[in-house]
Amino acid sequence: MYRDFGTVLVAVILGIVMVAIPLLIQKLIAPSKKSKDKLQTYECGEEAEGSAWLQFNIRFYVIALIFLIFDVEIVFLFPWAVVFKELGLLALIEMGIFLIILIAGLAYVWVKADLDWVKRNVRYGTGRYQDVRMEKTT
Amino acid sequence: MDLLGFIIILVKVLVVFAATMLTVLVMIYLERRVSAFMQGRLGPNRVGPQGLLQPIADGIKFMMKEDIVPAGADKPIFILAPAILLIPALMTFAVIPFGSDITLFGRQIPLQVADVNVGILYVLALTSIGVYGIVLAGWSSNSKYSLLGGLRSSAQLISYELAMGLAVVSIILLSGSLKLNDIVADQQGYLFSWNVFKQPLAFIIFLVAVYAETNRLPFDLSEAEQELVGGYHTEYSSIKFAMFFMAEYANMITAAALTVTLFFGGWDFPLVDESSLGILGTVLSVCSFILKMGFFLFLFIWVRWTFPRFRYDQLMKLGWKVMLPLALFNIFITAGYLTVRALV
Amino acid sequence: MGVVHGQEMVLNIGPQHPSTHGVLRLQVKTDGEIISEIKPFIGYLHRCFEKHCENVTYEQVIPFTDRCDYLASMANNFGYVVAMEELMEIKVPERVEYIRVIMAELQRIASHLLALGTFGLDVGAFTPFLYMFRDRERILDMFEMTCGARLLYNYMWVGGLSHDLPIGFVESAFRFLDYFEPKIEEYNNILTYNKIFIERTADVGVMPADVAISYGVSGPNLRGSGVKWDIRKDEPYSIYDRFDFDVPVGIGEKGNLGDCWDRFNVRLTEMGESIKILRQALTQIPKNGDVHQTIPKKIRPPKGSIYKRTETPRGDLGFYIISDGSPIPNRLKMRSPAFTALSVLDEIGRGWMLSDVIAILGSLDIVLGEIDR
Repeated sequence: MYRDFGTVLVAVILGIVMVAIPLLIQKLIAPSKKSKDKLQTYECGEEAEGSAWLQFNIRFYVIALIFLIFDVEIVFLFPWAVVFKELGLLALIEMGIFLIILIAGLAYVWVKADLDWVKRNVRYGTGRYQDVRMEKTT
Repeated sequence: MDLLGFIIILVKVLVVFAATMLTVLVMIYLERRVSAFMQGRLGPNRVGPQGLLQPIADGIKFMMKEDIVPAGADKPIFILAPAILLIPALMTFAVIPFGSDITLFGRQIPLQVADVNVGILYVLALTSIGVYGIVLAGWSSNSKYSLLGGLRSSAQLISYELAMGLAVVSIILLSGSLKLNDIVADQQGYLFSWNVFKQPLAFIIFLVAVYAETNRLPFDLSEAEQELVGGYHTEYSSIKFAMFFMAEYANMITAAALTVTLFFGGWDFPLVDESSLGILGTVLSVCSFILKMGFFLFLFIWVRWTFPRFRYDQLMKLGWKVMLPLALFNIFITAGYLTVRALV
Repeated sequence: MGVVHGQEMVLNIGPQHPSTHGVLRLQVKTDGEIISEIKPFIGYLHRCFEKHCENVTYEQVIPFTDRCDYLASMANNFGYVVAMEELMEIKVPERVEYIRVIMAELQRIASHLLALGTFGLDVGAFTPFLYMFRDRERILDMFEMTCGARLLYNYMWVGGLSHDLPIGFVESAFRFLDYFEPKIEEYNNILTYNKIFIERTADVGVMPADVAISYGVSGPNLRGSGVKWDIRKDEPYSIYDRFDFDVPVGIGEKGNLGDCWDRFNVRLTEMGESIKILRQALTQIPKNGDVHQTIPKKIRPPKGSIYKRTETPRGDLGFYIISDGSPIPNRLKMRSPAFTALSVLDEIGRGWMLSDVIAILGSLDIVLGEIDR
C-alpha cells in the first residue's frame, strides 16, 4: 500500500516539475515590457471602478454549507457501499435511516427555497418564473 | 524498494504523463478540426500536414508571450492558481488502469501507475482540488469578471460533485471495492456485464455531472465568454493561460477514462479473456481502452458544438433538484435490489 | 431570516466585450448575478452622420446611409431614396422598383440571419451562427455580383440604381431561394426548438405591447410583442402593396407573449415571408428597362420637407429631410429603430440575471452604427 502511495508521490513531484519547466522557459524567452495601462485589470476597456474584492452573494455560502453536509454523507456512504454485500439487510436499514435524515434536510432547504438560486425582481413577464419568490429591491 | 521496481514506476509515470500531454495536444487539434468540420469550415490546416503541428506552434507562441500579472492582483496566489489546477488534472490519470497486466523482465507489471486501494476516492479528491485552482484564479485576479467566473464555477463544481459521488456509490455497491482494478475486473466477460447496462441511471447522472465538472458546454458557465468574457482566466496570459487550457483538456481526458472505467468495462474487450492471450491480449485491451475513451472525447466535442448554454440558476436547479434526488433514488434501488437478491 | 444582500457593484459590460454587438457600453449595477440597473452608454461609433449630411450634396448622403446600419445597407439606401423621390416627385421605372424590393428583401434575410446567429451565440450556441453565416455569404455573393460591394453598397440612387442587374441574377436568386428555404427547417431543428434554447429564452425579457409602443419600439421587436405593425403593409411604399405576404407576430408559443423566444421566432418566420416576396418579385420583374432613365442630372429638391419611413430589418427607419432649394440638405434627421430598441433595454432588463440581460440585448438586435450614427 505504501508502495502505491509512493508512486503517487513520484507522480506529484513529476507533475510539479512538468508545470515548473514551461514557466521557467517562458520566464527566460518571453519579453517583458510592463506599463501602467498594460497592468490594469480588464473591464471591457473602461477604467475599473472599485475593487473586485467585495462581499459577494450569501447564497454561495449557503450552497457551500449544504454541499459540505452532503459531501460528508457521501464519505460515509463509500465504506458502507464497499461492505454492503456482506452486511445485507441490516446495512440497508441503517443507511436508510441515515439517508432519510439527510433527505429530510434536503427537503427542508428545498422548501425554504434556499436551492432556488436566484430571486428575481422583474417588471414584466411571469410565466415560468412566477413560482420564483420575488424579493423587494432595496 | 528495488531499483528495477523504481525504474518501472518512473517509466510508467512518465509514459502516462507524456501520453496525457500528447492527448491534450491531439484534443486541442481535434477540437478545432472537428468543430470546423461540423460548422462547414476548414479549421487549422497550415502548420504541418493537415495542420497537425498547430498545437505545437500554439504552445511555442504561448511560451513567447509576455506574462502579465495585473497590478491589483494577489501575485503569489495568481501564479499558484494555474499550477493547482493543472497538477491534479495530470495526476488523476495515475490510478486508472488502461490495459491488462503485461509480463516484462520476468515480472508482472500492471498497466496502471498506482493501484491505490481507495482509487475512486483518490480521483474524487483530486478533482476537488482543482476547484481551488479555479476559485483562487478568479479571486486573485482582482477583476470582476474573473471573480464572478470563479464563484460560479466553484458553486457549480461542488453541486455536481455530489451527484457524481452518489452515482459512483451505486457502482461501488455492485463491485464492493474502491479499487478501480476491481471495478474493471467486475465488468469482465460478456458485453452486458458492463456497468452501463446494470446502472443506466447512474451512467446518465455521471455523464452529465462529468460535463459540469469539466466545465464544458452546456455547463461552461464559468467561462461563458458572452457574459463573463473569459471567466476566471480573463486576466491570465501567456503560459499560465495555456495551463488553464491544458488542465481543461487533461480533465476531459481523465473524465472520459473514468467514464470508460466505471461504466464501459475499462480496458475490457467483450467476450475475450485478455489475460490468456499474453502480450496480444495487452495490446488488444489497451486499444479497446483507447477506442472507448476516444468515443467519449469525441462526444465532448460533439456536445460542445451542438448545444446552447444553460443559465446559472437552471444549472443549479438541475444539479440540486434533479440530479441529487435521482442519484439518491438510484442508490436505494440498487441497494434494495442487492438485498432482495441476497435474501432470495 | 431576513433577506441578506451582497454588496452591489458597478460592472462595465463593453465597449470591448464579446456580446455587446459592437462598441456599446452597458454600465450595470449588480450583486453578482441580479442586475438592478442598466445604463447604456452610446456614442463610441458616432460619426456625425446628420451634421455631415448638411455639408454634402444629396447624392453624397447615400454612402453615409450605408454606414449607419451596416448590416442592412440596402434597406438604408432604400429608405433615403424613397424619401428623396417623394420630395422631388420622381416616379421611377417599374424595373427599378422591383430590383429595389428584391435587394431589400435579400438584405432583410441577410440581416436576420446575422441577428439570429449572434443571438444564438449570445446564449452559447456557436454552430448555428456559422451555419447562418454560410447562407448569408450567398446573399452577399449576389450583392457583389450586382454592384461589386459586399457590405456597403451605395446601390440605390435617387431616381434609379447604380447598376442594372447582371446577366443570370434572377436564375441565381431562384437557386438561392431553393437552397435556402429548407435551411429554415434546419435552424428550427438546431436552435429554435432546442430544449436548452427554449429554457434560456422563453419567458425571459418579456416586453408587453404597451411598453413596446410607449418606447417607440418597432420592427420584429414590436411584432414579437404581438402587435401587427409592418410599414410594408400598413403604409405601403415602393411596390410592396403588390405582393402577397403575411406579417408574422409573436403569439407566446413557448412562454409569455413578447419574450426573447418570440422575438427570435418572428425574425425566423419573417425570412420565410421575405422568400415569398422574393419569389413573386423575381417572377414579375419586367425584362427590360433602363435603371438610369429617371436619375436627375442635378438633385435640387424644391423648398419643403418630407418625413418618410420604411421598414428595415430592424424596424421603422424614418428620414426627415428639410430642403431649402439648394443641392445640399438644410437638415437631415434619421429616426433609428435600433436606438429605440436599446432604450427599452433598461425597462425590460432590470431584475434579470446577467446572462438574461445578454440574451435580451441579443434578442433586440441592435446595430451600433445606426444608434450612434
